[in-house]
Amino acid sequence: MASEPVLSIRNLVKRFGGLVAVNDVSLDVFPGEVVALLGDNGAGKSTLIKCVSGVHSPTGGHIIFEGEEVHFSRPIEARDHGIETIYQDLALANNLDVPGNVFLGREVEKSYLGGLLRPLDNKFMLAQTASALASLHAEIPSLEVPIESLSGGQRQAVAIARAVYWQARLMIMDEPTNNLGVPEQHKVLDLIRALRDRGVPVILISHTLPEVFAVSDRLVVMHRGRKVTEKKVGDTNSEEIVQYMVGALDDTRTPAPVA
Amino acid sequence: MDQQVTQPVTKAGFSAPKTRTAGDRLILSLIHVWAWVFLAALILAFVVSVPLVSGSSVSFFTVRNSQNILVAITPILLLGLGQTFVIISGGIDLSVGWVMSWASVLSALALREAYNAGLPLPLAVAVGFGAAVVGGGMVGLFNGVIIAKLKVPPFIVTLGTSFIVRGMALLFSENTTVIGLPRGVRDYGNEALMYFVRGEGGGFYFLDKPELTGEMLRRMDRIITYPVLLTALVVAVAIFVLRRTKFGRHTYAIGGNREAAIRAGVPVERHIIMLYVMSAATAGIAGFLSMLRFTAGSAVIGDPLLLSSIAAVIIGGVSLFGGSGSVVGTIIGSLIIAVLTTGLVMLNVPSFYQFIVVGAVVILAVLIDQSRGIIKDRIETR
Ligand SMILES: Nc1ncnc2c1ncn2[C@@H]1O[C@H](COP(=O)(O)OP(=O)(O)O)[C@@H](O)[C@H]1O
Ligand SMILES: [Mg+2]
Repeated sequence: MASEPVLSIRNLVKRFGGLVAVNDVSLDVFPGEVVALLGDNGAGKSTLIKCVSGVHSPTGGHIIFEGEEVHFSRPIEARDHGIETIYQDLALANNLDVPGNVFLGREVEKSYLGGLLRPLDNKFMLAQTASALASLHAEIPSLEVPIESLSGGQRQAVAIARAVYWQARLMIMDEPTNNLGVPEQHKVLDLIRALRDRGVPVILISHTLPEVFAVSDRLVVMHRGRKVTEKKVGDTNSEEIVQYMVGALDDTRTPAPVA
Repeated sequence: MDQQVTQPVTKAGFSAPKTRTAGDRLILSLIHVWAWVFLAALILAFVVSVPLVSGSSVSFFTVRNSQNILVAITPILLLGLGQTFVIISGGIDLSVGWVMSWASVLSALALREAYNAGLPLPLAVAVGFGAAVVGGGMVGLFNGVIIAKLKVPPFIVTLGTSFIVRGMALLFSENTTVIGLPRGVRDYGNEALMYFVRGEGGGFYFLDKPELTGEMLRRMDRIITYPVLLTALVVAVAIFVLRRTKFGRHTYAIGGNREAAIRAGVPVERHIIMLYVMSAATAGIAGFLSMLRFTAGSAVIGDPLLLSSIAAVIIGGVSLFGGSGSVVGTIIGSLIIAVLTTGLVMLNVPSFYQFIVVGAVVILAVLIDQSRGIIKDRIETR
């Protein structure tokens, strides 16, 4: 890989009391690639990415983003660096409409009477939201309804549109197709490809191997907090990956076969 | 990664919601505006029944009655306003009743002191206003900090402070009514923007009180008293803030998904503190206005209004789970309570029945609110 990594995780450790949720994990993400993070439930995938997105402070190790070491103590600090995360639980406010969510925490205001009256600029936010969704080729029939009335896939589109609008420089998605029907899953994969085509690198956490093989460039497998392998998508297959996921194979124990 | 053929980007269009019939739409809009319909029906019922029961000379639909209702709702509405914001954010403020009392006592004492120290009356009234707002706001700050920073449930914190403030109000008022206020205070609390004199020799007066005596004076109505005017201003600001500003948007977001708000960078703790300060400050304004109206500070004026204000908020459609509701809803809720109470009095219904009826309406409101969700689901999933 010629270019500099966008994100370098070096020897990251995260402990919860006595439990080592992430154990000495190193990982690089390069521009324009989709890296899949795989592993059984409890393998430490969510914890690892929460360290990158500012939800958790790592117990040890380093996170280097765009060439500089970063220490995020709150999610907003990661977002301010352009690291956008779509959590398993989406973290959208279901009672707000689509622009309300896309602009949550960064609302655009108008200013009257020398800044005394600062109403929200809803027209502007609506227009920007519509064009962000259009750039992802995502269609949502009505943007001005509480998003609880949208489908799971549409809500994913809202979360992704938010990241795109705010010019994410790294996108992290934690099981984005969970709880979605098959057609909706395909649409989310299209959204991931649309992101990658815009040059935004994506870390994708998923359990669903076919979908991982469909969109990813590289696969990283975790088992009990440790990274057990890293493969290019063309150099492996589902059966082998499953062996790594269940702990039957482990590159840190047995030397990896020479590629 | 060259072997990965870039797939053409397909249109990620998602299925449109099911189409609704005209009947569905009617039902859905009716359950949304039921409070308006209920209020209109209530007024109509009293307009018809009051002359029947109390003699044809008595009418519900008069200028005087409308003004009585407005004067009656101001404290309920003011207590309900802050509560609306707090409940939308997923909290509750049980302290507003005693904060109102505390502010009433404090502003009476401050006004009296200021006046006796030689300040002109308007300035002394302003001092009283400041004491009420700051004194109330301090309680809100205390509530907010403990709720937001120390993560104690709002129900418990505000229950606790309501006892503390109750004690302080009784202590400062020396367990009696604070009197000895300058006479002119009465005008601030009871005079109005407009006057209307019914019948012969009567007329309409704007910003100009007619000098009347005897029978003519009895025919005079005050339209929009100063307390009603100030309340209207506060309500207008509240509507603007909740509907049109970032602050309002964040209030909904915190009530809808606090975690999402935090992750989006909304300053949630600071926001919650501000909500409780606002709630207590508007309760302070209610205490100040009651002090003006009765020319006295009272340590027991607010407590009975707490439950009425929460009832108004709930009738107005604010969900106790947070995330939804509006100021306009709370206005309608307050109006329903005031119209009910006034109308039942005019029908000579003993006052304890009023409580029973208001209680029934609160439960009805919540039932309608719940069925709204169920009906919506049924319509959307069939
Ligand atoms: N906030 C937390 N406090 C304590 N333990 C946690 C916390 N979050 C995760 N864990 C534990 O860390 C381990 C890894 O969890 P997680 O990162 O969620 O796994 P995955 O996302 O791969 O399923 C699990 O054993 C889980 O119980
Ligand atoms: Mg997880």
